[in-house]
Amino acid sequence: MTGKTQAVLLALTLAMTATLAQARDRETSGKLLLTGGVTSLEGAGGGGLATWATITGYETVDEVGANAHATLVQLPDYQFRAGGVAVGFRDRVEISYTRQSFDTGDTGSKLGLGQGFTFNQDIVGVKVRVLGDAVYAQDSWVPQVALGVQWKKNDKDAVITAIGGKDDSGVDYYVAATKVLLNQSLVLDGTLRATKANQTGLLGFGGNKNDDYELQFEGSAGYLVSKRLLIGAEYRSKPDNLAGLKEDDWVDIFAAYAFSKNLSVTAAYADLGTIATFKDQRGLYLSIQAGF
Amino acid sequence: MSNLRTLMFAAALGAAAPAFAEEKPVDPYTQSNANAGATPFTGEQMLAAFNGREGVARIVDDTLDRSVADPRLTDIFRATDMERLRRTLKEQVAHLLGAPVDYTGRDMKTTHKDQGINTAEFNLLVEHMQLAMDKEGVAYRHQNQLLAKLAPMKRDVVTR
Ligand code: HEM
Repeated sequence: MTGKTQAVLLALTLAMTATLAQARDRETSGKLLLTGGVTSLEGAGGGGLATWATITGYETVDEVGANAHATLVQLPDYQFRAGGVAVGFRDRVEISYTRQSFDTGDTGSKLGLGQGFTFNQDIVGVKVRVLGDAVYAQDSWVPQVALGVQWKKNDKDAVITAIGGKDDSGVDYYVAATKVLLNQSLVLDGTLRATKANQTGLLGFGGNKNDDYELQFEGSAGYLVSKRLLIGAEYRSKPDNLAGLKEDDWVDIFAAYAFSKNLSVTAAYADLGTIATFKDQRGLYLSIQAGF
Repeated sequence: MSNLRTLMFAAALGAAAPAFAEEKPVDPYTQSNANAGATPFTGEQMLAAFNGREGVARIVDDTLDRSVADPRLTDIFRATDMERLRRTLKEQVAHLLGAPVDYTGRDMKTTHKDQGINTAEFNLLVEHMQLAMDKEGVAYRHQNQLLAKLAPMKRDVVTR
């Protein structure tokens, strides 16, 4: 285990203990447990890989809700870390900030980048719920629909240029549709994203193979096992902009457990395919989310 | 005392005569199962999953006990005729679960229009009901099936 992994795990444990202690008296009732989803890896409310139309936090139309998340994905040749905050306003608007780190570890030297070379990316997101109601409108098939924008800025411009990327920053636009089907105990999401991002932006934006916006799909299907437990699977299609650095679609199976409204943990087994020539990047995805 | 008895007698003869003497009279309204606010499940499976009408009665009583005792909700029920609420809510839930029971209460919009209920309060009542259903041993997926009928009523119940 690297020092950084230990630091992240320690932070996770501390956050968990602190939040559990306070969970009881801070429970609010803005939303029903887990119906608002967890935090996706780009920091917006959603599943793990997919961004949903739900507005983060357990606030209602009258309130403001916020949460912080820490995410770790341990892959055979890389480690992905993310941490950030998201605020939901009146169940209408969500603003999020997340910093992602893609640590190449020992692989860094093999790629000629240097031991422990790490790409970092800042993501600011805004999401607005435009129509529908995922949870209450159970007499209608109309999903909750939200429009969102994510501004992404990578800090490794020189390397991105060297591998054939066109830009160190980019903007994603998405439309997400989410529905809870209570009669079937299902949570479904389908999201269309217009993006130029290579590996969500960790390897820059656009490339020598393609530099146009492409429409990609991401989606989740979950089954509500109990009030606290949601299990499911996700899929996310990706562009393939860099010649020689083939990019694969992502899939995962996940379990999200809500200890309380203020604390949930998502564990997933994710298959991220080939990343920067290293094949079969499958591993454990662990994310903790604490609400305020 | 005799005044009270006269009053109760008069109430018992009124247009919207309550089924039990303890219930207070309400303004006249048209009785209809449509007032229950959703189409019932067909078949006997759902009612069985809730342990029949006895199970429904226990769940409704427990839900209301928890709600009235909840400091965040107490005030809302201060002026409420709980006898009537218990009876009509039991009828409504049993009816929606497919029991051969008519709902004799008022529609959700009329009933709640002056209660000033918000979304958080709506969810609290649902959460108390979830606990009551847990206690009765109703499977989570069956709980969700009932909640699927009740959730859209938020439109009529929540007014602020
Ligand atoms: C889907 C959810 C709900 C259902 C199915 C429901 C059902 C009912 C029924 C059947 C009645 C009696 C109707 C009658 O007297 O004819 C009633 C009355 C009442 N409900 Fe609800 N209710 C719901 C949500 C709520 C919530 C969330 C609150 C407050 C937290 C609430 C507070 C009341 C009060 C105070 C009354 C008495 C009104 C009066 O005194 O006239 N209800 N409700």
